[in-house]
Amino acid sequence: MNKALLGLILGVILGAFDGLSAWFYPEVRNQLLGIVIGSTVKGLIAGILIGFFARKVNSLPLGVVFGLGIGLLLAFAVAAMQPPGQHHYFEIMLPGGIVGTIIGYATQRFGRTPAPAR
Amino acid sequence: MTWLDDSALERLRHAASSPDLEGTRYRLIDKLGEGGMGGVFRVEDRVLEREVALKVIGVSDPDGVLAIRLLQEARVIAKLEHPGIVPVHDAGTLPDGRPYYTMKLVQGKRLDEHAKDVKGLSDKLRIFLRICDTVGFAHAHHVLHRDLTPANVMVGPFGEVLLMDWGLSKLLYGSAGRKVADRDGSNSGKFAGAPTTAHGSVLGTPGYMAPEQRRGECPVDQRADIFSLGAILEFLLNDASAVPRALDAIRRQAMAEDPSHRYQRVPDLASDVAHFLDGLAVSAYPEGPLARLWRWAGRNRAWIGLLLAYVITRVLLIFFRPH
Repeated sequence: MNKALLGLILGVILGAFDGLSAWFYPEVRNQLLGIVIGSTVKGLIAGILIGFFARKVNSLPLGVVFGLGIGLLLAFAVAAMQPPGQHHYFEIMLPGGIVGTIIGYATQRFGRTPAPAR
Repeated sequence: MTWLDDSALERLRHAASSPDLEGTRYRLIDKLGEGGMGGVFRVEDRVLEREVALKVIGVSDPDGVLAIRLLQEARVIAKLEHPGIVPVHDAGTLPDGRPYYTMKLVQGKRLDEHAKDVKGLSDKLRIFLRICDTVGFAHAHHVLHRDLTPANVMVGPFGEVLLMDWGLSKLLYGSAGRKVADRDGSNSGKFAGAPTTAHGSVLGTPGYMAPEQRRGECPVDQRADIFSLGAILEFLLNDASAVPRALDAIRRQAMAEDPSHRYQRVPDLASDVAHFLDGLAVSAYPEGPLARLWRWAGRNRAWIGLLLAYVITRVLLIFFRPH
C-alpha cells in the first residue's frame, strides 16, 4: 500500500472514530451524524496531505511534526467555524493534533514509497 | 671477559628475533605483536610505498612444522576473500630461510580492548553479527577457524570488524566435496605438505574452546566454532547489568556441552541474534503469550504511546468538560 493511500485510510478511520466521540456529549448527540461526516472529511483531507508529504519527505521527525501541524490546522478551522462562544478550541484542537501525529508517524514508518521515475 | 649489561642483552634479543629483510622489498619498522607461532611486524613495502604487516615464524622451528602451518594460514586467508578477513598480499621465504607472508596492516583495537568502549548492547551485538558473518563465510568455504576469541577480532577505526589469526584453521572438505581424512582420521588440512593435527592434540584458547576440542576429540566440526562464538557473545555480555532472557538463551544454546544441542549452522545463530535486535521471536527461547505480548509492546512503543495519548486525552476531555 502506498503512503498516500495509507494516510487516506487512516485519516478516514481515525476521523470517523474521533467524530463518534461526540456521542459522549449529550448536548450535541442529536448532531452526531453531521459531526461524524465532518470529522471523517477532515481526517480524509489530513490523511491525503500527510500521506503525500510522506511520499516526498522520508523523515520520521519531519513527518510527525507535519502531521501534528496539519492536524492542529484543520482542527483550528473546524473550531473557528463553530457558533460564537462555542468554539472549544482546546477540546477540538488537542485530539485533532494527536490524530495528525498518529497519521504522520504511520505514513513515515509504513507504506510503500514509489520507485523514482527513470 | 666482559659481561653484557641488561640493555645490551635486550638489544641482542631484539635483533635476533627481528626478521632479516635484507634483499627483500620490505623494510622493518617495528614489532606489532607476538603469537604462539611467531611475530607480526610493521614493515614498509618499498615497491608500493605502503606499510603492511609481515608475519614470520619464530626462530626455533627445527622440524619445520611451524613453517608449513604459517604457509597453510596464508593459503587459507588468500582463499577467503571477505571484508571481514585481512587480505594477504604476498608470501615467500626470508634470506634466513624462514617463511613469511604479508597482509594488509590493520589499524584498530582488539575486541577485548574495544568492547570496553562500546556502551550499548545493540552496538555490541552488531559487532557480534559481523563476526558471525565472517565465520559463516569461512564455513561455507569449508574452513574452520578453531581459535575464535575476542583477542583474535580486530575492530578498525571505521567500525570494520576483522577476524585474525587463522593459524589453527582447518579445512573440512576437499575440492570434490569429500571430507578430507588423514591417517589418524582427524581430517585436518588438505594443503600439500600440511602438518596433520595429531589425534588427541589440543589446539585453541582455554575458555573459548568447545568441550570436544578441549578433550582433543576428532574430528571437530563447525559446531566447535559456534561454541567459541557463544563464548565471545558471553564475553560481550559480561558487563551488561541484566542480560535479557532471550539473549541468554541464545548464548546457552550456542555453548551447549553437546554439539548436537547447539545451533548447527552459524547463520542460524546470527539469525536469532538479529531477530533479538529487531524485537522478534528467537528460536532458542520459546515464549508464552504474556512474554510475546510484552515483546510486541516493546516493538510498538511509539504506536501504543500515541494511541494511549489519544484515548487518555479523549477520556479527560469527556470527564472534565465544562457543564
